[in-house]
Amino acid sequence: MANRKIKVADDGTNFAEAKTTGHVYDGIEEYDNPLPRWWFGLFIGTFIFTIGYLIIFPGLGLYKGLTRESFDGKPWTAVNQLQAEQAQAQATYDTTFGKFANMPIEQLAKDSEAMKIGGRLFGNNCTVCHGADAGGNFGFPNLTDKDWLYGGTPDRIKETITLGRQGAMPAWGPIIGEANVVNVVEFVLKRAGKKHDEAKATLGEAVFTTNCVACHGADAKGNPLVGAPNLTDDVWLYGAGTPEELPAILRQTVRNGRAGIMPAHAETLKPERIHLLAAYVYSLSQDEAVK
Amino acid sequence: MKGHDIVEQNIGLLTILAIVAISFGGLVEIVPQFFLKETTTPIEGLKPLPAVVLEGRDIYIREGCHVCHTQMVRPLRAEIERYGHYSVAGESVYEHPFLWGSKRTGPDLARVGKRYSDDWQRAHLYNPRSVVPESIMPAFPWLNDNILDGKDTAAKMRAMRAVGVPYTDDDIAGAQKAVKGVTEMDALVAYLQQLGTLLKEKR
Repeated sequence: MANRKIKVADDGTNFAEAKTTGHVYDGIEEYDNPLPRWWFGLFIGTFIFTIGYLIIFPGLGLYKGLTRESFDGKPWTAVNQLQAEQAQAQATYDTTFGKFANMPIEQLAKDSEAMKIGGRLFGNNCTVCHGADAGGNFGFPNLTDKDWLYGGTPDRIKETITLGRQGAMPAWGPIIGEANVVNVVEFVLKRAGKKHDEAKATLGEAVFTTNCVACHGADAKGNPLVGAPNLTDDVWLYGAGTPEELPAILRQTVRNGRAGIMPAHAETLKPERIHLLAAYVYSLSQDEAVK
Repeated sequence: MKGHDIVEQNIGLLTILAIVAISFGGLVEIVPQFFLKETTTPIEGLKPLPAVVLEGRDIYIREGCHVCHTQMVRPLRAEIERYGHYSVAGESVYEHPFLWGSKRTGPDLARVGKRYSDDWQRAHLYNPRSVVPESIMPAFPWLNDNILDGKDTAAKMRAMRAVGVPYTDDDIAGAQKAVKGVTEMDALVAYLQQLGTLLKEKR
């Protein structure tokens, strides 16, 4: 949009004729040249586009546009378009996941295609806590060993993923007192076959029998129904540290309690995905698993 | 296009025409929203944030979480598969200011509530690399050390009430007591864990 339009020759010989707008700022002048024709054409084009757009799509008040039946018989709205896309995607998922839906998890764990999908699901949903290698982290269980808090059968794994788990080790410090915290940890170390103080462990055994057996069992081997860990193996969810550090870590656990939470995935993942994911998790601890 | 000289050289006229243009845009795009039921009605179960959660929200703002994280799941299929149900206006009616954001350096947080455990959130805020090795999120270790005194919580709630959030007198009276002694970490985790949990149908 310029007032003065002249054609400047390629060699610029008539450049002096190109007048300025008359604005001068610190000696800087502004040429009064027209906008490039293509740019101006596009600018006008956007206005023309608007007219077509507002006729086809709803944009003017209550006017519904011309897309009355385009999205599964419904007019265009962001939600109707979304639902049409979701229905289309669901058809693909039904084919992809459908063929695995009735296969038992033990069989899926040996199926390389299923395990590829399962691995991706694991990568997207599980790695932030359990690690990319499923090897766990401080407070988040290792899924590749054969030690299971809530049981490692296909059904239990599926249940864990679907409903989540709420681990609840109470804080025993205020209940049994600091001396007994030390004693019971020595007893646990003894059961785990670690270096321990025999005298304190004997005192600790009484504390254990009174307070701990309800969940961890008389044999201290745990109870997968409540997620109580086996205390006799060498798997420590909250870190083992060095042999010198282990007693202090265990005392902290006994004193302050622990609450290991696995979030429920019933709403974020659908059953057919949980089925494949459970198979993948199951496969991780199987010796002959396909990778 | 001869006339634009007149507008460009007359500052008063330019101002008036600019105001007319902007007012028209506002009238067409913003004002109708005030009269739509779906933008003004809170969704079922929506309550004003409890005192501790409100403080957590202020920590979220103070630390600039909204600069890298949006709270707005758009109605796009891929986005819904990742985050959950798209955000609806009724979820934000008590949000002052809203934290929808416009830039995702990190993931959207509109539905992060209950997605991870409290312990995970604490470990992640203290040092994101401890749980996500490739994370570029800054660490916020001081959240564990800073204890809230709840001095201003009641005033914040009164301010919210002034703009239409239905806090009761009891809420405001008990605010300081509820907040006092809570670490900033716990307040922020409490805020995160309730984000987007009201909409049941996640997919």
